Amino acid sequence: MTTSTSSQSLWQRVTAPLSSGPAAYGFLALYVLACSILLVTNPRTELSTDVVFVLFLLSMLVAYRSRVAAWFKVILGVFALGVVLPYFGTLNPFYIDVATQAGIFTTLALGLNVVVGFAGLLDLGYVAFFAVGAYAWGIFSTPQISQINPAWGPVDPVMFYPFLIIGLILGLITGVLLGLPVLRLRGDYLAIVTLGFGEVIRVVANNLDRPINITNGSQGIRAIERPPLIIVDQIRNLGVVADDNRLYQLFFYYLVLIIVLLTVIVVARLKHSRIGRAWEAIREDEVAAVAQGIPRVRMKLMAFAIGASFAGVMGVVFASKQLFINPPTFDLLRSINILVMVILGGMGSIPGAMLGAIIVTMLDLQILPRIAAVLREAQAAGAPIPRQFDPTQYQRLLFGLLLVVMMIFRPEGLWPDERRREEQHEIEIAEEELEVDKDAKPTSPNSGR
Amino acid sequence: MAVDATVAPTTARRSLGEVLGVVFGPVGQLLAFIVGSAVSLALIVVVLAFILSPTQPDIMQRVVIILPQVIIDGLVRGFLFATIALGYTMVYGVLEFINFAHGEIFMIGGVVGATVSFLLVSTGTLESIPPLVFVLLVILVAMAFCGMLAVTVERVAYRPLRGAPRLVPLISAIGMSLILQDLARLVMTSTPLGFNARYQTPNFGQPIQLFTMQLGDRSVPVILSPRDLIFIVAATIMLVVLNYVVNATKLGKAIRATAQDMPTASLMGIDVNRIVALTFLIGGALGGAAGALFGLRIGTVNPYMGLIPGLKAFTAAVLGGIGNITGAMVGGVVLGFLEAFVAAYLSIFTAGNFSGAAYADVAAFSILILLLIFRPSGLLGEATTQKV
Repeated sequence: MTTSTSSQSLWQRVTAPLSSGPAAYGFLALYVLACSILLVTNPRTELSTDVVFVLFLLSMLVAYRSRVAAWFKVILGVFALGVVLPYFGTLNPFYIDVATQAGIFTTLALGLNVVVGFAGLLDLGYVAFFAVGAYAWGIFSTPQISQINPAWGPVDPVMFYPFLIIGLILGLITGVLLGLPVLRLRGDYLAIVTLGFGEVIRVVANNLDRPINITNGSQGIRAIERPPLIIVDQIRNLGVVADDNRLYQLFFYYLVLIIVLLTVIVVARLKHSRIGRAWEAIREDEVAAVAQGIPRVRMKLMAFAIGASFAGVMGVVFASKQLFINPPTFDLLRSINILVMVILGGMGSIPGAMLGAIIVTMLDLQILPRIAAVLREAQAAGAPIPRQFDPTQYQRLLFGLLLVVMMIFRPEGLWPDERRREEQHEIEIAEEELEVDKDAKPTSPNSGR
Repeated sequence: MAVDATVAPTTARRSLGEVLGVVFGPVGQLLAFIVGSAVSLALIVVVLAFILSPTQPDIMQRVVIILPQVIIDGLVRGFLFATIALGYTMVYGVLEFINFAHGEIFMIGGVVGATVSFLLVSTGTLESIPPLVFVLLVILVAMAFCGMLAVTVERVAYRPLRGAPRLVPLISAIGMSLILQDLARLVMTSTPLGFNARYQTPNFGQPIQLFTMQLGDRSVPVILSPRDLIFIVAATIMLVVLNYVVNATKLGKAIRATAQDMPTASLMGIDVNRIVALTFLIGGALGGAAGALFGLRIGTVNPYMGLIPGLKAFTAAVLGGIGNITGAMVGGVVLGFLEAFVAAYLSIFTAGNFSGAAYADVAAFSILILLLIFRPSGLLGEATTQKV
């Protein structure tokens, strides 16, 4: 106990001057600059770059938590995410792809966080809304549309931008349609029903090639259009030599970044609004909330529809970025994937959901392949590892372990919502000491959520 | 379970008649539902065929020819769902918690069965033992393994969370289900079993021809394959034994008491933790047996086969009224018949436009959704009010 307390205070002694005052500005600027230079000067895909990349992303987290002026945080953010990362992406396209993917999943996690975290509705079929958006753009931008009615042709690629709004509306409508019948159900039933619904959507997408070919069945939809690049000629005139694929990578990166920013703003405003407080009341005690005059079904429906609309928008972007979608893209594992992000970060916490999304995406795309490479080397050196074992194929195991371990040891997540933490402290005020060495000895989860 | 718990008589011992009553009463109820759903669904398809016959003259014949086979198929599916659903319903009865990982227990039952048969083949004893002994061996090993596994899962992933908000153990159960899937895959792909493990069996003999149906000038044989017969007989025996254990023994009384009111049960001197573990043991053993039988019938098992039957069995448990043991059996059978009929007749009635096999899953989940909206208490359940 004593050692952990002293190490805690040592950690605090080091971090306290660096997190506020003039030292903080210097430290943050230096940190971001150092990481940026390291990244840009060493753009090969190897372990050291991975580590620097993680440190680089971590700098955003550190900046967010430091007590420095808001304008400084904004400058750092714009510099790191708007300039350094895209430039680094032109040097090594793999990392910008990781960043774009992480952005897409950040939006999805934020959307699911509205449903699961704010309103307390466990939705295991969230990917269905994502599929709706993706299929909408997939069908309307390709000759697939002519299969439905020969008189119709694919829409102009520039319609991509209005389709972002259409995707949002479609997600909203699907959310309401699904939500209306099921939202009267109790929590655990709701989880199973949404799971069933997610499966139904996948099965339907898999089989709707007859009698009318709408989704092209299990073959999926190929050659989905990308929007035309508006300022590409001006960039070329500047003397930048870049092929279309590189430009599209940058384009999607910036697009996703903008959507993530908008999502964060919307979600943060919602959370502290009257609606957000109503959701919280329902989550904490449904009966009491109804007794206070909160329209339960309407509020739940709103959470469902808002969460779904984010997924609808991202579905359109995702289809356009991937160029190809098929039903297995939207299976149960994908829903669970997003759920793991929300739970890892902390249900109801906006920075938590973002952190969870980034961690899980990096685990998926970078860390697991890295472990796989290490294992292969060890195997070549004669270590007794079964040849078929490939960690990248064992995401379920990883997600499962994450879910169980988080539920048992830290149900409030890595970056808990402040209000939830306060609630917990209220309960655990007597266990304050236990709270300190929580890492060493987990307290009873009964008091947490 | 709480709902059908018959009021325990004050006398310590029951007469044989009473025991027979509590054991075979539910079985009779089950039989009534089997006959009822088979007859009513058959009537529906025949009437539909009659309505459509002016446009498609041969539809009546096509419908009637496959009818007996569809009923047998429905029966087998029904018993499958019933045996899995019991695991869901018993755990729900005691802990009010959806044991999401139960579908995976079922899958592991199948894998264990495949392993036993693989070991028998590799030692060359498969052909020399009688088929009946083989079936018993496979089922018993799968039951023992899965029962222990379910107890372990409860100890590791659920017991630390008892008393936590509802969603917490559910999420933990989802995680456990993913873990079990990949652990099974890891074991299967790194052993000679392979991802799609073949389930080798001794020769069970020729299909049994029950009777022949005369349809105009054609005679159609109605066939029951030995594997289906094994499935139906084994499932029936398990259901009867379970009914005996739960309704006519002291242990069963303790289980029912715990389901009704856990704190009071523990005040009455019942070791509640032991009863919960026992519930998982029984449910897991039944699920494992169902998995072994399922693999025996299908011929291959894979680590992802548990999800869909698990979900459907949950549907069955809800259909019968979750927490109600007889209800789970009834719900399983009704759902099995419905699904068999949809799978067989959807493409006939839509002129091949919708594949019945693909939309059977959709049908099952649609039933679940409709049911939860209009009658969440299920067929045999009673309406409950939420406790504040």
